[in-house]
Amino acid sequence: MTTTYGPLAVWAVVLLVGLLTFCIRYSFIYLFDRIDGVPPRAESALRYVPAAVLAALVAPAVVDPGPTVAATLVDDRLAAGAVAAAVAWYTEDVLATIGAGMMALWTMGAVL
Amino acid sequence: MSRLPAPLLAGARASVPLLLGLVPFGLVAGVAAVDAGLSPLQAIGLSVVVFAGASQLAVVDLLGRDAPLVVVVLTATIINLRMSMYSASIAPYFAGFRRRWRGLCAYLLTDMSYALAIATFTDGGGADAAPDTPDSDPARARLDPAEPTHRRGYYLGTAVAIWAVWQVATVAGVVVGARIPDRWGVGFAVPLVFLALLVPDLTDRPRVIAALVGGGVAVVGSGWPLNLGLIGGALAGVAAGVAADRRATA
Repeated sequence: MTTTYGPLAVWAVVLLVGLLTFCIRYSFIYLFDRIDGVPPRAESALRYVPAAVLAALVAPAVVDPGPTVAATLVDDRLAAGAVAAAVAWYTEDVLATIGAGMMALWTMGAVL
Repeated sequence: MSRLPAPLLAGARASVPLLLGLVPFGLVAGVAAVDAGLSPLQAIGLSVVVFAGASQLAVVDLLGRDAPLVVVVLTATIINLRMSMYSASIAPYFAGFRRRWRGLCAYLLTDMSYALAIATFTDGGGADAAPDTPDSDPARARLDPAEPTHRRGYYLGTAVAIWAVWQVATVAGVVVGARIPDRWGVGFAVPLVFLALLVPDLTDRPRVIAALVGGGVAVVGSGWPLNLGLIGGALAGVAAGVAADRRATA
């Protein structure tokens, strides 16, 4: 899918995300002389950010709720996602995961 | 080569095994950006300015779906919040640097540069975070983590190598991406990269619960306006992870 946003909007997003990301990276490096580290409660929450956000990004791309459970489960993207998840678990390798997932998607597309 | 400082070389060398894994990720970031309708210059600009793979993919993915700009920025920023932990953890080791070096080091802070550097600075404390470098490596043998210039050199060696490979891979993806036919469905490579990053992170029960709740809410909310399913899923997942953590330790 192609964006309908113009160059100004895209550049604004790039610069804003870049600036905010730099502030996050620089935060404690900059503040080091003034405070001592992340408060424990915040640290506990930050630990779960990657799992929660990545899952929220992945799940809607592979799970397409259908009218019935069967319709939801019989889906080429869900099957390809499951294959890729298994490969990711055993190899922890980005390339192998992409390769397995794409192969599974293409195979499923040819079969279904 | 031999005229480069030894700590810089040691850092660059330690990053080599990770660089191989970075190439496909960078390629996908470039391909996906072009696929979503970004110009080559915008795609490369995103990679240079933001320099954080998962959030770059989220930006591109959401822009391609014409999500509200607030959601695009918010999601990318939330993904990068984890870096504040790295910033806090590595700050003591950057304490002796001049301000502009600290700024440069901060810009180059990534999952990989952090993992490699902290393992070396704490000397064995995080050995599993970094691949073993034989001590016969003369550059590493002369590395003294107590010395600020050695730390700076080692860190920049890893971080600049990672930066350079990331940029080259993204540019290659931008060039290649424009020639890939739509029917190949390469857009699916984006969630696959997220999956490849997610699965190894599921190391304990609270993290699994965070992922299940985050993913579940995102699926249920995929039709909600303003992509609230994504933000809601992320927040619900974090809350569930914290709750599960409390119960486990209580």
